[in-house]
Amino acid sequence: MASNSIKSLLVAVFIISFLFISDISFAQHTPTVAPVKKEKIFDANEVIFGHIMDAHEFHFLSYKKADGTTFHATIPLPVILYSKNKGFSCFMSSAFHHGEHEINGYTLLTNEKIDDLKLDRNKYSAGHIVAVNKDGAIETATSVLDLSPTRNVVQMLLALSLLVFLLIKVAGRYKKGEGIKTAPTGWQNTMETVINFVNDEIAKPNLGAKSNKYLPYILTVFLFILINNIFGLIPGSANVTGNIAFTFILSIISFIIILFSSKSHYWMHIINPPGVPGWVKIILVPVEILGIFTKPFALMIRLFANMVAGHILIICLISLIFIMASLNQYVGWGFAPFSIAFTIFIYFIEILVAFLQAFIFTILTAVFIGQAFEGGHDDDHDHKEAIVA
Amino acid sequence: MNFFLLEALANAGGAIGAGLGAIGAGIGIGQIGKGALESIARQPEAINDIRSNMILTAALVEGAALFAIIIGFLAMVL
Repeated sequence: MASNSIKSLLVAVFIISFLFISDISFAQHTPTVAPVKKEKIFDANEVIFGHIMDAHEFHFLSYKKADGTTFHATIPLPVILYSKNKGFSCFMSSAFHHGEHEINGYTLLTNEKIDDLKLDRNKYSAGHIVAVNKDGAIETATSVLDLSPTRNVVQMLLALSLLVFLLIKVAGRYKKGEGIKTAPTGWQNTMETVINFVNDEIAKPNLGAKSNKYLPYILTVFLFILINNIFGLIPGSANVTGNIAFTFILSIISFIIILFSSKSHYWMHIINPPGVPGWVKIILVPVEILGIFTKPFALMIRLFANMVAGHILIICLISLIFIMASLNQYVGWGFAPFSIAFTIFIYFIEILVAFLQAFIFTILTAVFIGQAFEGGHDDDHDHKEAIVA
Repeated sequence: MNFFLLEALANAGGAIGAGLGAIGAGIGIGQIGKGALESIARQPEAINDIRSNMILTAALVEGAALFAIIIGFLAMVL
């Protein structure tokens, strides 16, 4: 066994040294090679980021027609812009023709445009709207305020209105007395199951007798994340829960609620942990203070990274077909069934993840709120010991 | 060191870091699953409590792994 591990170590060292040598020799050659105008081949990076990032339209597919023009199947969204010297302007995003046209002195940046004009990648990125002058050159001095409802916003409002519609419908039935003494019907069954689950599994075990006070927030967060996760799984839709701004705001709201429900007991355990030797406190207190902020930060990163990772995984598997096809057309065709089968498998896992992440965000919020108010003097003691997180 | 090598090293470092994070999380979640299954085998009536606590702990472990992946991603992009 020992000789085996030494052998594999030698192999690893050899491979790494080989990589260094080959890379240096490659780099020495590059300045002499003239920059070649690269052909339009499949760019997986662009496809993946185009799917994950926000945009001014819902983009389903594009293909090249026989006459060489590209056809884009999209749903355009309204664009609202404001800049100091031009004032407000409002038009549909289809007027840009995917960055090919200019309208009202504005244009949409694309990856090719950024490369052609050699713009600073740190300042400009594809999908941003910039002001242009009469000659078509980009005005760097003019800052454009983009107030448009992008696809993330539109989809979130769509999901929200569906949720509100369903809940109001179901609540109206209960108000009329249907489903209280009799068996619930239709959407009542679905909603009752979900609400019972949240109440019994999330709110009651972690919040105890105060669960009714926090249940509206817990339920709102659960249903809101769940419906946005599920809407994000529809092909061609936006990736709302995989947007860091979205999860940031959710975690900020949770953070505020945790702080407002905290009692002196919670703060005493942070500032002066009881039963801890003095020299340990020097290490422990800063860690505990940092812990106040890392809890909501972890909530934000967890939801964001999980949803983004799932979307990237699915689109990578689909992109693999085209990467293979750029080697050889028949390899691409041969690879497609495996890739699609694996994508369907991951897609079902993503449905599980959609529920799981909504559950985890909510239960962790409930646990943190429970930690914040437990041990207070006027508190009941019948709820379970919250998990130390 | 030239620019291409530095960029390649940054990419490799990000990818290796993310992979190491995934290994750690894999071991951690495996241990959680093992513990949960063993305790369910011993006490099948406690399955509901064990399941929700298992998911919660796995989520916390996964959070640490996702930090590693985000940092790895930043190392590649920035």
